[in-house]
Amino acid sequence: MNKPLRRIAVFCGLLVLALLIRDNWIQYVKADELRTNKENRRVTIERYASPRGDIIVGGQPITGSTETSGSDFKFKRTYKDGPMWAPVTGYASQAFGATQLESIEDGILTGNDDRLFFRNTLDMLTGKKQEGGNVVTTLNAAAQKAAYNGLKKQGGKGAVVALEPSTGKILALASYPSYDPSSFAGNSTTTDTEAWQKLQKKNNPDDPMLNRALRETYPPGSTFKVVTAAAALEDGLYTDPNEKTDSPDPWVMEGTNTKLPNEGNIPCKNATLRVALQYSCNTVFGKIGSDLGNDKMLDMAKKFGFTEEQFTPVRANASVFSDNMNASQTALSSIGQFNTAATPLQMAMVASAVANDGKLMKPYMVDELQARSVDTLEKNDPEELSQPLSSENAQKLQSMMETVVEKGTGSNAKIPGVTVGGKTGTAQHGVDNSENPYAWFISYAKDSDGSAPVAVAVVIEDDNAVRDDISGGGLAAPIARNVMEAVIKSKQ
Amino acid sequence: MSGTNTSPTHHTSTIGAIGAPSRRNTELALLAFAVVIPVFAYANVGLAINDSVPPGLLSYGLGLGLLAGVGHLAVRKFAPYADPLMLPLATLLNGLGLVVIWRLDQSKKLQASNTFVEAAPRQLLYSAMGVALLVAVLIFLKDHRVLQRYTYISMAGALFLLVLPLVPGVGADIYGAKIWIKIPGLGTLQPGEFAKIALAVFFAGYLMVKRDALALASRRFMGLYLPRGRDLGPILVVWVISILILVFETDLGTSLLFFGMFVIMLYVATERTSWIVFGLLMSAVGAVGVASFEPHIQTRVQAWLDPMREYQLSRAAVNDGVVHSEQAMQALWAFGSGGTLGTGLGQGNSDLIGFAANSDFILATFGEELGLAGVMAILLLYGLIVERGVRTALAARDPFGKLLAIGLSGAFALQVFVVAGGVMGLIPLTGMTLPFVAYGGSSVIANWALIGILLRISDTARRPAPAPAGNPDAEMTQVVRP
Repeated sequence: MNKPLRRIAVFCGLLVLALLIRDNWIQYVKADELRTNKENRRVTIERYASPRGDIIVGGQPITGSTETSGSDFKFKRTYKDGPMWAPVTGYASQAFGATQLESIEDGILTGNDDRLFFRNTLDMLTGKKQEGGNVVTTLNAAAQKAAYNGLKKQGGKGAVVALEPSTGKILALASYPSYDPSSFAGNSTTTDTEAWQKLQKKNNPDDPMLNRALRETYPPGSTFKVVTAAAALEDGLYTDPNEKTDSPDPWVMEGTNTKLPNEGNIPCKNATLRVALQYSCNTVFGKIGSDLGNDKMLDMAKKFGFTEEQFTPVRANASVFSDNMNASQTALSSIGQFNTAATPLQMAMVASAVANDGKLMKPYMVDELQARSVDTLEKNDPEELSQPLSSENAQKLQSMMETVVEKGTGSNAKIPGVTVGGKTGTAQHGVDNSENPYAWFISYAKDSDGSAPVAVAVVIEDDNAVRDDISGGGLAAPIARNVMEAVIKSKQ
Repeated sequence: MSGTNTSPTHHTSTIGAIGAPSRRNTELALLAFAVVIPVFAYANVGLAINDSVPPGLLSYGLGLGLLAGVGHLAVRKFAPYADPLMLPLATLLNGLGLVVIWRLDQSKKLQASNTFVEAAPRQLLYSAMGVALLVAVLIFLKDHRVLQRYTYISMAGALFLLVLPLVPGVGADIYGAKIWIKIPGLGTLQPGEFAKIALAVFFAGYLMVKRDALALASRRFMGLYLPRGRDLGPILVVWVISILILVFETDLGTSLLFFGMFVIMLYVATERTSWIVFGLLMSAVGAVGVASFEPHIQTRVQAWLDPMREYQLSRAAVNDGVVHSEQAMQALWAFGSGGTLGTGLGQGNSDLIGFAANSDFILATFGEELGLAGVMAILLLYGLIVERGVRTALAARDPFGKLLAIGLSGAFALQVFVVAGGVMGLIPLTGMTLPFVAYGGSSVIANWALIGILLRISDTARRPAPAPAGNPDAEMTQVVRP
């Protein structure tokens, strides 16, 4: 009977071998996938096992951690001025996961990042508890406050983005209405879940958890004329802002019988670029777009960052400028209508590139990642994204935008003693423009030495305002002015 | 698998070594390791959880040491030539199991459950009972061939034990499988664990008698020996019983274990490969057939194919008539989170598995806290026990001993495979316990008895043949004179 016995021995060996192979499969090959699976509660347990590192603005933490009891999560996230900073921080909730910076920099904040490995090993040997590192942001507290309070005072929905043109640093990133991430940071089935439910879009038509500054695209309206003007200068269609353009008024769009209207009775016939921007002439810029054609317009829009998602590192939606349009569609798109849509970040990038003499810097909000003892682990350096226009043409465009604030639609943004350039926008939307338009304002402020410390984009969607009241100059420009003022003051 | 070594020079050990050393001192040395390793592990858990050496360390160490010592002395006295590895291996597994059960006792999450009881002290008691049974087997079972007399009584006993969970008022349905019985004041018992041994005895006795008929009276068809119709009877009966277990007790594991054990023993007894083919076909037909109408089995299969979906159904508390369990996924996460080296004892979160974390799913805690390295070591320890069992079968000089030893070791191997494979997601999950390691009185006691029987067989096999007592014929011729 020994032959079959030996075979059974081989069979038993195969059973053990199968188990060993399977064990290697789940504990080695698939281990990381299983370990980091979002549903695996260990991920959350670990995230809250030690006090989370902080997100820092201007040297001050805007987050905190507090010890909790009665659950396997030891610490809970807290936020200072939660609603104001929510578009920057995102949230880290025991019950509902994490988003934005809280999610992207989770490794640093929990202290589990590979770059902290050596330190953690040292800590383990010396018996110290692991602690998270800090995320130092580029934001400017005063500017953020001005932005958020401006939106809050206005009461409607809206967003503000402010950039430092020379570096691309994000100085303000506000969205309104907002939410307090503290309200659902825990995992109580009563208070936290209730607060969370109330904030969901299906229960709250205002959708307070939408980060409008990065994740919502609006038709940019007349603010897009800055891009069209840049395209005209770069192409050489017009080289001098004070040169008369070839612009009939009324102008019938090519291939149609439709006249492109101007808002009110404004001097747009053969107006110079400067005058056309000052009065926001649809006819002039519509015709420029039509004359340059879809390809050249799209090219310029892309150079400003359109059609691509931006990672700040928080993702911003891609702004839209369509492809394959006919002449009249291109004309409408060139005045920020038709399919054209932009995030507030995108329009801030447009203002920023013009202010920075034509160089577009990559927008970013994380300045530095620090280990616990304020050691720098990673420092982000400014990075050039593209050069949409030459420095010469940028300066021409600056002088045009400064005229808009000096004598045109953007006069509400004037700051005494400071050169401000800007552009208003009032974008129509809805079927046959039935809904209230969006009020836009993009601008920058210049120091006496000619460098620009700040560029801003403000958008307000106000369902309650009277239609005529909504104009970029009236609603959005004052907020932009306050933000720019806050940045300039904090520089002094 | 060294038992399968085909080199002729290595056959001496399998033929029964005459005058082989008893190896009792080797066993003692190994036992010292088998006690010291779990004691260190126990201290490790205490330090990791409470930053202090656990207060029970001394009594635990003494307890385990005492068990090992008693076992060793019994072997030394009553089975001096028994295999020296089995006792240390079983002690080590038992000790590590105790540590992990104690570690799970410290989990706040499991303590919050309303069914929580401190399992480690009970398991220590069960282990003591198990070792006592081992000693009893060694004392009272002087020769394993005695069991041959109880062939049919064993069968009756096994059937009785198997049917017991189905008797109303006695049986207990725990999470879908009806394989427990309630004993008032003592808790629950899994009679299947004891039936396993009784059945092995029955199969060995029965097959020893019938093996020639089963092996020789057959027709050849397409290269396979087809048994005569009436010789098919026994395998059909066992098959039907397995199916009945599957249907009425909804326990795939026990069913598979019994049928597998029978097929292994049948193959060894008859040396006919055709039985393996038949066995595989019949178990496939049976499993698929029952699964087609038994929702409990279907759920298990679905949970195996897509544990993530099952987890989500369980989380969403979907009410579709069957109990969805997130445990399969939780176990996989525990393994994955352990990685290569594990989190260290006491530092994992395998308590997320919840119910049965210290019994059916205990391997997941090993996986998370001792990692791939630890689980492989545990699996190899099991592999070694099986290897020693097979070696005992090879060494045994009588067919009954061979059959009984291979039946018990084969069943042991199948059980480890079914449980560990189920927890690791290799095969559908079944409600069985990992021998020696998992919390559960029946399992520990029955497996110690199983080791006892194997020790007895190996002792008989390795015992030196009695010295030739002169030549009686020569003396006789001297006596008879003309």
